[in-house]
Amino acid sequence: MNKVANTEAQRMNFWERLYIPEIARGLGLTFIEMFKPRVTRQYPEVRWEPQGSYRGRPVLVNEDDGERCVACGLCSRVCPALAIEVQASETDRIKERYPVKFEINMLRCIFCGFCEEVCPEEAIVMSKEYDIVFQTTDEAILGKENLLKPVSELQDRLEFLRQWK
Amino acid sequence: MSEFLWVIIESTIKAVIILTLIMLVYGALGVYLERKISAWIQNRIGPNRVGPFGLLQPFADVLKLFLKEDLVPTAANPTFHRLAPIITLGVAVAVYAVIPFGDYVTIAGRNIQLGLAPNANIAILFVLAMTSVGVYGITLGGWSSNNKYSLLGALRSTAQMISYELSMGLALVGVLMVAGTLSINQIVIQQSNYHWNIIYQPLGFILFLVAAFAETNRAPFDLPEAEPELVGGYNTEYSGMKFGMFFLAEYANMGTSSAIMVLLYFGGWQTLVPGGWFGFEPGSIGLALLQFVSFFIKIEIMVLFFIWVRWSVPRFRYDQLMNLGWKVLLPLAIANVAGTGIVSLLLK
Repeated sequence: MNKVANTEAQRMNFWERLYIPEIARGLGLTFIEMFKPRVTRQYPEVRWEPQGSYRGRPVLVNEDDGERCVACGLCSRVCPALAIEVQASETDRIKERYPVKFEINMLRCIFCGFCEEVCPEEAIVMSKEYDIVFQTTDEAILGKENLLKPVSELQDRLEFLRQWK
Repeated sequence: MSEFLWVIIESTIKAVIILTLIMLVYGALGVYLERKISAWIQNRIGPNRVGPFGLLQPFADVLKLFLKEDLVPTAANPTFHRLAPIITLGVAVAVYAVIPFGDYVTIAGRNIQLGLAPNANIAILFVLAMTSVGVYGITLGGWSSNNKYSLLGALRSTAQMISYELSMGLALVGVLMVAGTLSINQIVIQQSNYHWNIIYQPLGFILFLVAAFAETNRAPFDLPEAEPELVGGYNTEYSGMKFGMFFLAEYANMGTSSAIMVLLYFGGWQTLVPGGWFGFEPGSIGLALLQFVSFFIKIEIMVLFFIWVRWSVPRFRYDQLMNLGWKVLLPLAIANVAGTGIVSLLLK
């Protein structure tokens, strides 16, 4: 049988072997820790503000004259989790196409950011929202009314994309 | 006959007060302190949502336990499965029958002892016997669950208790040789004027302390529970308030051990500041209150120490535990007894 020497125990000197002084040292260490600043964040009251690089809930960019999306369907095509459904229609605006229906199923979404990456119009971007809550499966399917977000709120992310994408 | 009736009424009132005190002080405050101090040591905040400073957290915990389903596994032995937590908690509480919470109060010409039977002349034997019976609850719980992890936890608990009860008893013998009596109240009275036994029995106290950690299944000797190895040890198959009873018993045991240590080594209910400072007469309610508060503060300091150690020292390996118990603590305890005997003989 292969007998493994307990080297750690053999290396100990007399005082370490006595054990009590070492325990007292350990207790002293934890005692000092008691008075150090706390690392806990009181979540609902104190919230964490993510950086622009954060991939939160995907949203549609809404400019002053309507959404950027032209309903090309690339996001829906690239989505590995099949979470996006787009239906195109026509308008009288200069940008003729617009999505009459744009749904993201948040139960399917895996926050990979492919939709954002593939989007030729920078119309769908990942927001900073990380606490996504719903009580029924129907609530989890977000329509246009929940997805559209004014461009002013998404400046951090757009800046990040311009720099790094 | 009226005397007999009076004694029964008095004892019932005392028992109710002591039980409430144990539940509140050791159950609620113990759990609260444990969670708070563990949080502080880990640089967290700890419970702070339920009530001011999270003080009502233990009550929320117990409410949750009450509302949980009370499961008995199909393969378990239902009788013993139900009996085990009752034994554990009952025994943990029974010890308080002989613990004096103060000297005495004179009400309407009667000297009322603060405690159910503080002058019992076999008090320490009773305490040792009762804490030993506590292991039956754990063993029965582990065995009747019909779960290998529970059984392993129960076996560990039994072996641990047997190994450490010896050195615990021998550590106590040192105190008994100094005091010359088994009555806890007498031992406390002998420690008046701050002649605490810790001065005469420092080694005995350390031995008793280590043995008490093992006896109460607290870290670093919490092998019967050992969450990472044994899931939950003996209480794996328990849910709801039956688990709550095991949980409460653990804290009650911690309180008991602290109380015994305070009584035997730190002067028990002897006041921290002389009662004469406030002009309290012996037997007055003021002095009794001061004694009770002193006793309580000493116990809480010991409980805090228990908690502090739990969150500082990692768990022992099983062979290390046995080595420490049989090869270190037992010889030291015997040496302590012999040394105490020789010194007290020389000083005679």
